[in-house]
Amino acid sequence: MSNKITAKTITDSEFFYGHKACAGCGGSLAVRIALKVLGEGAISVLPAGCMSAVGFNYPHLCFSNNSIISTFAGTASMLTGVEAGARAVGIKNFKAVGLAGDGGTADIGIQALSGAIDRNDDILYICYDNEAYMNTGIQKSGLTPFGAKTTTTPSGENIHGNLRPKKNLFEIVAAHDIPYAATASIGNLPDFINKIEKASKIKGTAYIHVVAPCPIGWGIPVNETIEIARKMMDCGLWYLAEYENGKFKLNKNPSDFSSIEDYLLAQGRFKHLEAADIEILALQRDTKWATIRKNWNNIQEEL
Amino acid sequence: MSKPYLRPYQKPQKLSDYPLGTASEAGYLVTKNSGWRNERPIITDECINCLQCYLYCPDGVIFKTEDGLDIDYDFCKGCGICEKICPKQAIKMEVE
Ligand SMILES: Cc1ncc(C[n+]2csc(CCOP(=O)(O)OP(=O)(O)O)c2C)c(N)n1
Ligand code: SF4
Ligand code: SF4
Ligand code: SF4
Ligand SMILES: [Mg+2]
Repeated sequence: MSNKITAKTITDSEFFYGHKACAGCGGSLAVRIALKVLGEGAISVLPAGCMSAVGFNYPHLCFSNNSIISTFAGTASMLTGVEAGARAVGIKNFKAVGLAGDGGTADIGIQALSGAIDRNDDILYICYDNEAYMNTGIQKSGLTPFGAKTTTTPSGENIHGNLRPKKNLFEIVAAHDIPYAATASIGNLPDFINKIEKASKIKGTAYIHVVAPCPIGWGIPVNETIEIARKMMDCGLWYLAEYENGKFKLNKNPSDFSSIEDYLLAQGRFKHLEAADIEILALQRDTKWATIRKNWNNIQEEL
Repeated sequence: MSKPYLRPYQKPQKLSDYPLGTASEAGYLVTKNSGWRNERPIITDECINCLQCYLYCPDGVIFKTEDGLDIDYDFCKGCGICEKICPKQAIKMEVE
């Protein structure tokens, strides 16, 4: 227990620094913390998306560990190659880590990810989920939630934003019988840190899905990134869980939820929602939690 | 402790000055982000050194010193996350 990495013990070194992400960017916090846990042995692969766009602007290069941009679809396949290559030339103590957006993971990159898990390559794949294609101006991805307004799911009189529910990528990944998968949020960094630490020691493929709000795309003030991530968990629209040894485990099982309306209406992308739309989201939430509580191993761990 | 840091940059004068291929030196910074900021966070004496601001700063610009914390204003964007997260309201935002 006591050898957990904390704010006190985590390395003072910064591996993602001076980057050009917008002020208050959640994705940049996820990348920063992941690399602090993994250390200089991390070889990071970033596909097209905000984090590569803000990190690599030659000659201004914001990663101090070895890092490379992959094709949009190819995070996982490049990870496979990096891992095999580093091993072949005798590099020791490295971790091939992917840092990819929700679009790059749940949509265009899902085939490469599925293949890597199928081969059980020794890599860590981290998806920072800001719930849309942010780098190209806020288009809907497979991880955009129901009701959210994006440039490709506008809200008007008849249609109120995105019509489809958020893909459950954590369970899609787990369904491969992956050695380790987890959900996380930048609203709870101690939990995220523990999971990266745990995942880095897994032999085989590990996957972490971390929610990382984008103030621009979500329509919130830049100082509310952490707060909104916490509200999302408190109202039950996100949960902290793990999949390991073939079993799902809920890390936190709240006795009651805070107001889903408070969470939604604090964001520009949901401002247009009507009571009936919010009802749909609340119903989806309740159905999901009922299934989780019935079927998963709900041991509450101290986070 | 190490992190990417500011270094001089000479614009390539001729073709051979350009890097071979797309790979180049890691952690090589040439521009500051301080101009993005409207407000500057100031850590006051109320600070109890709980390190929450250090942990949650998206830019990683709050750093530990011998007697507490300091901020690298070259790269702080003034987002105010540190002010919000502080349990002691020990960070004040000052208009630039
Ligand atoms: C094959 C291909 N299609 C489209 C693009 C354009 N593109 C670059 S970044 C991006 C959006 C990335 O979204 P996401 O993966 O969610 O990351 P985010 O920008 O939100 O961090 C798109 C569509 C591309 N680079 N390559
Ligand atoms: S658009 Fe959003 S995800 Fe992209 S850099 Fe800005 S805040 Fe971060
Ligand atoms: S969050 Fe506040 S009290 Fe804690 S270290 Fe930062 S300034 Fe000090
Ligand atoms: S204002 Fe933002 S960038 Fe500056 S120190 Fe605070 S959290 Fe970091
Ligand atoms: Mg995205």
